[in-house]
Amino acid sequence: MASLNDYLLASGLLFAIGLSGVVIRRNIIVVFMCLELMLSAANLSLVAFSRFNPVNGLPDYNGQMLVFFVVTVAAAEVAVGLAIIVALYRSRQTIHTDELTSLKG
Amino acid sequence: MNLAWILFYLPIAIAALNQLVLRRNPVVPYLATAASGVCFVISLLLLGTTDSAGFSWAHVGGLDIHIALKLDHLSTGMMVVVTGVGLLVHVFSLAYMKKDEAVNRYYCGLGLFMFSMTGIVLSENFIMMFIFWELVGLSSYLLISHWYHKDSAADAGKKAFLCNRLGDFSFMIGVLMLWGISGCLTFEGLKSWADAGGVAQASAGVLGAAILCIFGGAIGKSAQLPLHVWLPDAMEGPTPASALIHAATMVAAGVYMLFRLQLSIGAEAFEGFAGTTIAWVGGLTALLSALMATQQNDIKRILAYSTLSQLGYMVMAVGLLAGEAGMFHLYTHAWFKALLFLGAGAIIFACHHQQDIWKMGGLLGKMPVTAASFAAGTAALIAVPYVTSGFWSKEEILAAAFHGDKFLFAIAVGVAFLTAFYMTRAFVVTFLGKPRSDDASHAHEVGPVMWIPLAVLAILAIFSGFGFVSEKLNATRPEHIANTTVLIASIATLVLGVSAGFVLYRGKESDPLSIPLFRNRFYFDGIYDNFVVRYFQDAFAAIVHFFDELLINGLLVGGLSRGAASAGDLFRKLQGGQLQAYSFAFGLGVILVIHFIVFL
Repeated sequence: MASLNDYLLASGLLFAIGLSGVVIRRNIIVVFMCLELMLSAANLSLVAFSRFNPVNGLPDYNGQMLVFFVVTVAAAEVAVGLAIIVALYRSRQTIHTDELTSLKG
Repeated sequence: MNLAWILFYLPIAIAALNQLVLRRNPVVPYLATAASGVCFVISLLLLGTTDSAGFSWAHVGGLDIHIALKLDHLSTGMMVVVTGVGLLVHVFSLAYMKKDEAVNRYYCGLGLFMFSMTGIVLSENFIMMFIFWELVGLSSYLLISHWYHKDSAADAGKKAFLCNRLGDFSFMIGVLMLWGISGCLTFEGLKSWADAGGVAQASAGVLGAAILCIFGGAIGKSAQLPLHVWLPDAMEGPTPASALIHAATMVAAGVYMLFRLQLSIGAEAFEGFAGTTIAWVGGLTALLSALMATQQNDIKRILAYSTLSQLGYMVMAVGLLAGEAGMFHLYTHAWFKALLFLGAGAIIFACHHQQDIWKMGGLLGKMPVTAASFAAGTAALIAVPYVTSGFWSKEEILAAAFHGDKFLFAIAVGVAFLTAFYMTRAFVVTFLGKPRSDDASHAHEVGPVMWIPLAVLAILAIFSGFGFVSEKLNATRPEHIANTTVLIASIATLVLGVSAGFVLYRGKESDPLSIPLFRNRFYFDGIYDNFVVRYFQDAFAAIVHFFDELLINGLLVGGLSRGAASAGDLFRKLQGGQLQAYSFAFGLGVILVIHFIVFL
């Protein structure tokens, strides 16, 4: 059976991939997907910690409960985020982040 | 003592009330005049009292500075002169300044001056005297530039202030030196220090330098050479103010202060180079300004140079260790010079502000009271023997010079001749002959508000020198010792001077003498403008300007704002609107935070 370290490694890799995607990619939809990836990485480590932290012989379900909430909130956030992206595209005709720089000092 | 405090605070309280509350109310001049009347009565009541009281004003280390009033023979006598002339000037101004639109400001200036002058006279220590010394400088400035919309008046005020500041700075250094030598600043303290043999123990050179630095204050305030240039220009101010400040009281403060010093540390301390320098500065001032007075055409300027010359006499007397003679001359001079100035004011008023004596003439018949009182003042100034006050005091100074230094005696006698000459010239040209302008031919006698002060002063000009008056008024007066040489010299110069003046100027239409050197005041102003101002002041101004522009403006003020702006530009670059840049910085920051938490 895989150890906690394996799960955390996978979670860290997932988070790193997500972060580099957010930093590197220009397409805002991909950036958004990468954000979700980072969220999933966090969820993964939560579940892993929950599984490997037994209370009275059972996993600590608090962590897994939290993951459900995070997934729910993330779904809502995706709905809002995609709506914003659609509105953005309608007004600016682009979804490339390097062309969306009007909020500068 | 309470009376003295009322005397001290009343003028400033009334001036503050007038300036801050009543402002343009027509009652202001009368209120100020009433206050000066009260002050005069209090001064009379204080005659003969001796007292000293005050409160601690500042405490620095071991030095306790008091604001304290000192009443003694000298200060009470001087207060009568100050408030007496002050009262008459207030009354005279009621008529003279009636049509002036800023008459209330004028009266507030007079009130401030009376307060400051009282402070000088009654001060109990040198620091308090210095404070009020500065305040009279300020009020003198305010009154000289009363008509500030005239450039000449504004410039004259500035000149007076700067010259005074120069002297005051020297005064301050001198006071501090004296403090360093003796360790105290009160007149009483200095007296006990001197009585305990402090003068003999102190280094003569340092003490002399301190006395000369203090004398520097008198040079500025009493307009001695080489800072005398401000006094003739100060005649731009209203004439009654000139009578009070630039003839009778403030310019005499220098002599009063020197005599105060002489009383405190003893006349012996003045022996040596300090006394000699003071005497010669006074003598030369008396001589040069008398020469300048012979060629002036403005009646006020003649009187101004005459004041300079008489102040030179007083300073010379102090330098010759005969301070009593100087103080006595101060006392008589205050009355007759105030009289002459107020008389000149009446003439100027009657002649529609014509000040040129060659445009007057024939005023004797038109203005008999003014002419008579002016004649009394002139007689006192040229020291007509036995009947005028000026004779008694000038005699003492001549006697002091006779015993002290024969050269100075010769100068003093020469000045006496010149005084008789130029005053005869002024009187003959102004009052005799035919009117030489429309202003003069339409002149008529001034009202009683103006001639009553003149008459009072005329009486004092004649009688104040007699023992029964001067003793009543606490005048400081030396023992009179008859000296035939001095008497003959003064009578001879008087006769010569008056007859020369009559012969030369009787019935003349214009000045038969023309001596450009005297008329142009020995080119003092030109020399100051061309050399002192150009090479010294302008060079200094250039340095200051450089400092100001480069260091203050360029580096401190401008540098700071430029630094803030460039720092802002730097941080502006961070906010480029690039989403990825933000997230990169954010990620980097998180990693750094984790790094610092976990690994450090």
